[in-house]
Formats: sequence, structure tokens, C-alpha cells
Amino acid sequence: MAYGHASSDIGQGASDGRDPIVDQIIRSGHQRQLTFRAQFAITWLILIVGIVYLLAGGRRGLDGDFIVEWFPFILGGAATTVAISGIAIVGAVVLAIFGAMGRLSVNPWINGTASLYVSLVRGTPLLVQIFFAYYALAEVGLVLPGIVAGTAALAFNYGAYMTEVFRAGIQAVPRGQREAARALGMRERVVFWRIVIPQAFRIVTPAIGNEFIAMLKDSSLVFVIGVGELLWRAQAAGRPNVRIFEALLVAALVYWILTIIFTLFQERLERRMARADR
Amino acid sequence: MPSLGEPVLNARGIEKYFGYNHVVRGLDLELRRHETVMLVGRSGSGKSTFLRCLNFLEEPTAGVVRIADIEVEADPLHDRSRRHQEHIRQLRMRVGMVFQDFNLFPHMTVLQNCIEAPIRVKGKSRAEAVEIAERYLNKVHLMDKRDEHPARLSGGQKQRAAIARALSMEPEVLMFDEPTSALDPELIGEVLKVMEDLAHEGATMIVVTHEMHFAREAADRVIFIDEGTLVEEGPPEQLLNSPQDPRTQRFLRRFLDSGASGAD
Repeated sequence: MAYGHASSDIGQGASDGRDPIVDQIIRSGHQRQLTFRAQFAITWLILIVGIVYLLAGGRRGLDGDFIVEWFPFILGGAATTVAISGIAIVGAVVLAIFGAMGRLSVNPWINGTASLYVSLVRGTPLLVQIFFAYYALAEVGLVLPGIVAGTAALAFNYGAYMTEVFRAGIQAVPRGQREAARALGMRERVVFWRIVIPQAFRIVTPAIGNEFIAMLKDSSLVFVIGVGELLWRAQAAGRPNVRIFEALLVAALVYWILTIIFTLFQERLERRMARADR
Repeated sequence: MPSLGEPVLNARGIEKYFGYNHVVRGLDLELRRHETVMLVGRSGSGKSTFLRCLNFLEEPTAGVVRIADIEVEADPLHDRSRRHQEHIRQLRMRVGMVFQDFNLFPHMTVLQNCIEAPIRVKGKSRAEAVEIAERYLNKVHLMDKRDEHPARLSGGQKQRAAIARALSMEPEVLMFDEPTSALDPELIGEVLKVMEDLAHEGATMIVVTHEMHFAREAADRVIFIDEGTLVEEGPPEQLLNSPQDPRTQRFLRRFLDSGASGAD
């Protein structure tokens, strides 16, 4: 009976195969993680409140009424910002695929054209390109609405940077993939579009996410040609009311939140893709 | 095993240089329908390169390859016309290739891997391609994995899927480039079993392999290649049991010594 009791005791301890100390270690690990997170959040809170207070509160205080009144108007610009960035990133991806094909081409004319595109765009400021698309093209007879010129300039600019990303992505697809496709008798075009590009796309998806998040903020530059996006609306609301601080604060906050949302979205996408792979 | 038929593959005077390195030195090969030929030799002897020259994954420096009704000559300077490129493609449609590291398309399911080329290259309807692919997936015992992505398969399953993909093009000749070299030892058997079945059912095959036991079981002819040249060839019993050339003897002795699958 005594033996039976003892062995059932041990049996319970060993039935899930672990020592009590293991539970303790795991619990203390969780505890430390929770403490860290709480302190981390408090740090952010203190810093943000402190910065806002130092910049505005010390002088004259924030105009809460202005913020409440104009917040919906400024926030409305976020839709334009996301739309411009979304369309421009799609355009940039298309340009980048063809740019990368060009940069990898053995045809010197095609390769030369693609390389010049990348070099020109990377060698000039985005702001100059936006002005160029809006004012300079208008002078030679191509009059584009601001939103079209701005979106096109962003697509053109990011397309050049992403050409290099796609080129690396295409080169990262193992050579054996192309060989297997060719060995099956596929034409080069089929090999490229059906076998190489889908795999290159998966490789560069995180990079596309990063570029999109950068573009969300760079799209603010198109306010200079009068496109009614987030920054333009903040300016429009802040200037006549002499509440530029509040207006920019709202705009900055909205950019920040957009960035956080898309970063979370991107992290989830990446995790899902990592799970789907090997 | 069906008796051998007419010649389906004929390679003559194949040479391959990598830079100044003379890897394949004038190899000839004639393969008859239903025949299974195994190429053996040390690593770096040029047997894999020779195999890759046969479907022009490597451009031979010299020589000519005929498979079924398509004949293509080497074009070492790469100034082949578009029509010549098309000939290579036509030739490749008649040879299936199985690689050492599988090279399955990771973004497609097993079934999609098997129907992609029949649809895009041979212009088959989807339904027809699926029917053919399923027939071969059954043959390699992978029907239950048809909707899985390659990442979810074991090495042996991957290689069997790659064999089904090659078979789904219904090629005249199947080529295997060290199909078990990348596999864990316990997974080699299932792949060799599938290949052995294919050989006994009368497939026309060229296999580059280090599996001597398998060569003995499934080959009609074994060719020993050393330093890019054909040293000796013959039926497996003859070449593996009583090799004539000292180089063949030395190669086989090393295999037996190292305890590799040379001995019965």
C-alpha cells in the first residue's frame, strides 16, 4: 500500500514528464516578460507626453477645440495618402519587374535602357521628380492633374529602387528551378513568368512591405503640387487658424498610426509566409 | 522486362570544356527503347555533365544529340538561331529529367508541378493533364499527397513527385542525375524501388548513380566513365563482377572497401 501510494505520487509527477522547477522557470520567464512590456509601455507614455508638453504645453497649451473640430478634415486626407501610396506601389512593382528584367537582360540596348532609368531616378531627388512631372511636363504640353503627376512620380521613383530589389530576388531563385523548367521544355517566357517571378515575388514581399511603409510617408511630398492628402489638409487647416502646431501634430499622429497598422499587417503576412515555406 | 527496341537516343562525339577544363572527352551513347543504362564513376568524372549535355542544360563544346525524331548539334559559340533554340526545346520535350536535389516548384502543389508543363508546353487541356498526372502519381504512390506543397514532403516523397512530374510529359527517355544522392539513407529505398519498377516495365532510362546494388538489379548496361572518357561498358554482372580495365577494378574495389552498396 505504501509502495502503491509512493509510486502513484511519482507517477503523477512524471506523467507529464517534468520537474516542478521547469514550471517555475517558465512562470518566472513569463513574469519577467510581462514586467518588461509594462515598463516599456510606460516609457513611451512618459516620453510622448513630455515631448508634447515641452513643445506646446510650456508655451500656450494645446488648442483642444481646434483639434476636435479639424481632426475629421485632416484624417480625411489619410484616405488620399493611402490611395496614392497604394496605386504608386503597384505601379512601382510593375516598373520594377520590367526594370529587373532589363537589368538582367543580355541585350545591351535593353540592359542599357533599364540601367539608365535606375541611375537617373536614384541620382535625382524625389521632390525634383515630382515638380518635373507636374510643371516641366506641363510646359512641354503634357498637362497632368496634380494627383496623377504625383502618383506617377512616386511610382517612377520607387520603381527604380525596387528594380534592384527585384533583381536580387530573381537572382535568389535557385538555378535548379530554371533548369527544371527548361528541362520540361518550357519557353523562356513561361520559365520567367510561371516559375521564376512567383518565387522571386515571395522573396521580395517583405521588401515591398517596407517600401510601401516608406512610401506612405514620402507621399507627403506631393502636397507641394497641391494634392489634397494628409499633409496638405493639415496645412490647409492649420495656417488660417494659426494652429500649425496642432495641425501638424494630428498629421504626424495619423502617419504614425498608419505606419503601425501596416507594420503589424506586414509582420502577420511574413509570419504566414514563413509557415507556408519549408 | 520487354526486349530492347529501336534506338531512341543517339549521342555522338560529345565534348565539354569548362573554361580550359576538359570535362567530357568524346563520349558516344546509343540507347534503345526499353533499355536502362547506368553511368557510374567517381565524382568529377564528367558523367553528370555528359547527362546534362544530352538535353542541352549544358551546351556541349562539340557533338550531336538525337532523341527520337529531333537532332541537335552543339553550338559552343551560342549563335544559334531562334529555330535552333526551338529544336532544343523540342528535344527537351522528349526527355524527362530527374535532378539530384529534386527542383520541384515550391510555389505549386504536387499536382500543379505535374500538370504545368503538359498544359503550357504540350497544350493539353487541364482535365487531360490531370488525368495523366494522377496516373503517374499513383505509379509513384503519391496520390494522397497530390494537393500538398513540396515543403510538406519528405525527401523521398519529393523525389518521387519529381519522377511523376517528369513522367507526366510522357517522354521517350528518362534521365536521372544522381537521384538518391541528396536523400537520407532510410529514404533511398523507396525512390530506387520506383525506378526499378519503371525499368522493369520497359521505360527507357539513363541513370547516373553511385548505387552499385541498384545498377546490378535494374540496369541492362553499365558504363564506367573516368576523366570524361568511356572506360568500359557491359551488362551489370559482367562489369561489376569481372571488370577488365584496371581503372574499373580500382573504382569498384574502393566501393566494396568503403562498404557502400556494392556488395550483394
